[in-house]
Amino acid sequence: MQTYDLEADGLRGMNSILQAQSGETNQTSWEIVNPKGSHAIAVGLDAPIEVTVKGSTGYYCAGMNQQATVHVVGSVGPGVAENMMSGTVIIDGDASQYAGATGHGGLLVIKGNASSRCGISMKGIDIVVHGNIGHMSAFMAQAGNLVVCGDAGDALGDSLYEARLFVRGSVKSLGADCVEKEMRHEHLEILADLLERAGADAKPEEFKRYGSARQLYNFDVDNAAAY
Amino acid sequence: MKDMDDQIPRTLPIQSATFTNPINAEIRRAAATGIYDIRGGGAKRKVPHFDDLLFLGASVSRYPLEGYRERCDTSVTLGTRFAKKPIQLDIPVTIAGMSFGALSGPAKEALGRGASAAGTSTTTGDGGMTPEERGHSNKLVYQYLPSRYGMNPNDLRKADAIEIVVGQGAKPGGGGMLLGQKISDRVAEMRTLPKGIDQRSACRHPDWTGPDDLEIKILELREITDWQVPIYVKVGATRPYYDTALAVKAGADVVVMDGMQGGTAATQDVFIEHVGIPTLACIRPAVQALQDLGVHREVQLVISGGIRTGADVAKALALGADAVAIGTAALVALGDNDPKWESEYQKLGTTTGAYDDWHEGQDPAGITTQDPELAARLDPVEAGRRLRNYLKVMTLEAQTIARACGHNHLHNLEPEDLCALTMEAAAMARVPLAGTSWYPGKEGF
Ligand SMILES: Cc1cc2nc3c(=O)[nH]c(=O)nc-3n(C[C@H](O)[C@H](O)[C@H](O)COP(=O)(O)O)c2cc1C
Repeated sequence: MQTYDLEADGLRGMNSILQAQSGETNQTSWEIVNPKGSHAIAVGLDAPIEVTVKGSTGYYCAGMNQQATVHVVGSVGPGVAENMMSGTVIIDGDASQYAGATGHGGLLVIKGNASSRCGISMKGIDIVVHGNIGHMSAFMAQAGNLVVCGDAGDALGDSLYEARLFVRGSVKSLGADCVEKEMRHEHLEILADLLERAGADAKPEEFKRYGSARQLYNFDVDNAAAY
Repeated sequence: MKDMDDQIPRTLPIQSATFTNPINAEIRRAAATGIYDIRGGGAKRKVPHFDDLLFLGASVSRYPLEGYRERCDTSVTLGTRFAKKPIQLDIPVTIAGMSFGALSGPAKEALGRGASAAGTSTTTGDGGMTPEERGHSNKLVYQYLPSRYGMNPNDLRKADAIEIVVGQGAKPGGGGMLLGQKISDRVAEMRTLPKGIDQRSACRHPDWTGPDDLEIKILELREITDWQVPIYVKVGATRPYYDTALAVKAGADVVVMDGMQGGTAATQDVFIEHVGIPTLACIRPAVQALQDLGVHREVQLVISGGIRTGADVAKALALGADAVAIGTAALVALGDNDPKWESEYQKLGTTTGAYDDWHEGQDPAGITTQDPELAARLDPVEAGRRLRNYLKVMTLEAQTIARACGHNHLHNLEPEDLCALTMEAAAMARVPLAGTSWYPGKEGF
């Protein structure tokens, strides 16, 4: 285990060391202490390493992650794991706005709650939130799965494309073109796998599935009010 | 009785200046279809522009440099503020961001070839980086857009600079649009979208709003790219003084300011014609902001929107820009709107010079299309050569003017070299009306 004191040794040093790790490294386990809400912690990683951040972070923690596992023992600011490509990001606490925004792949697990716009414009990432999510989540979400064990706020899945949304609790309101959909066997399988990988204590059968009604895919004047 | 009627003088039919034929046609079109007009290109209305400025060549009070004999340098370095590797260009004319999707693969390749041969940079666009353009562009600027289509850290690290797109002159405050006809398999895959849908790009970035967030976003991008490459911020011209100041405050290396004449691949006509301010009007306020913050020339200013000739380049630089970017003119150099396709333009209900339905994907010149047969009409090597020639001509023209004004570098052109033909241009460019020493707003008069 390598320990890096962010407060003492600075952001640039930390990110350049972590970014320099390759698949062959035997220093696979890193611990970041004293994050103290700093922004851009452990961004742009691209190696199968494990990074544990001991404390809470600011914006864009684990941004654009590839391969690495980043575990935050605390809460995170806006845009955690934004544009993640692969790997795993686990947040023990809560996440601020835009968690997992535009993510293309990998798994983001938030053990607390996530604020508004969780999974905005997601493009293939899987997000599992143990708690609740805020309004406008999965806005323009294109692909991937968003699993919410608690409740969802207003306008869930507004202008959704092909992402799948699974919510166990209540949904305050659905956004334009987002509808409840039939839960088929294949969806239960996806859910079971994600819940297990995210360590979430919930059963797939307890969830409802939401997706795009695909009514806004091509412009139609009769739908103008929904645009 | 009838004979009498014939002798009464008639009023001539008078066309309304308000309800013009084009306006009425648009009312009928809207009534028939229920959708606003979408088109490519920039503002077509006449607005004060570089044509309204003239250079004051040297005479007794200043002496000129010998054309072709005495040096007049044209190089420019972008990104000197924070980047470890600033971009060095031989000429101050760059190719603006135009997306693969809006343009065909061969067209992107041609832009790369032409720009590289002329010693300048190209820019990606909404839809991500293609191997064609990376492969053929010596210097490639990677756009970071609200949609984040195709955005990935590997391509980000391949870029020679990153351009955070906040807005475009054709549609400040608007998002992108790519209609179903142009969403081919390849475009759909790059954007992670179903084929054939009308694809809307967001108008705002998904993970930041406002200048304080932008500062943190720039920090993140720098951390991911090891502070190597310059970070540009591109805005559509609306409030140039404040937008420039805030971009500088957020940590930009370069500010790209795009005026309302700037082209687009597809936007509502109402947006193109009615939102934003002319290119001429945005340069002085942007330069003023840089000067007030003490960073003029340290944070470079790139101006775009309706740049067509070496004279336009020279005028933009004289007003304080470090470089310019071209979109539409580069497409015309490749072969867009060429009269040789007139019969095909006619079939599409338009004519050479007016063809702007770039979003429909039926471009006879094979540039703004994803149709393989049409795209094959453009030979990227030939078209690249034409672009190179055109870029060289623009540079020679700008040099001719700079020498005539007595300058040994294009960057030594200054507002004092200019005068204005109209009151509007004088006010916007803050240079005197020709033959006077006055411009509107100048103190002491
Ligand atoms: C076909 C086309 C596609 C464009 N695509 C983009 C884009 O993806 N991103 C962007 O920031 N600007 C885009 N633009 C705007 C240009 O980057 C640039 O601002 C504009 O073309 C400059 O004005 P000009 O066309 O008068 O030279 C596009 C312009 C055109 C003509």
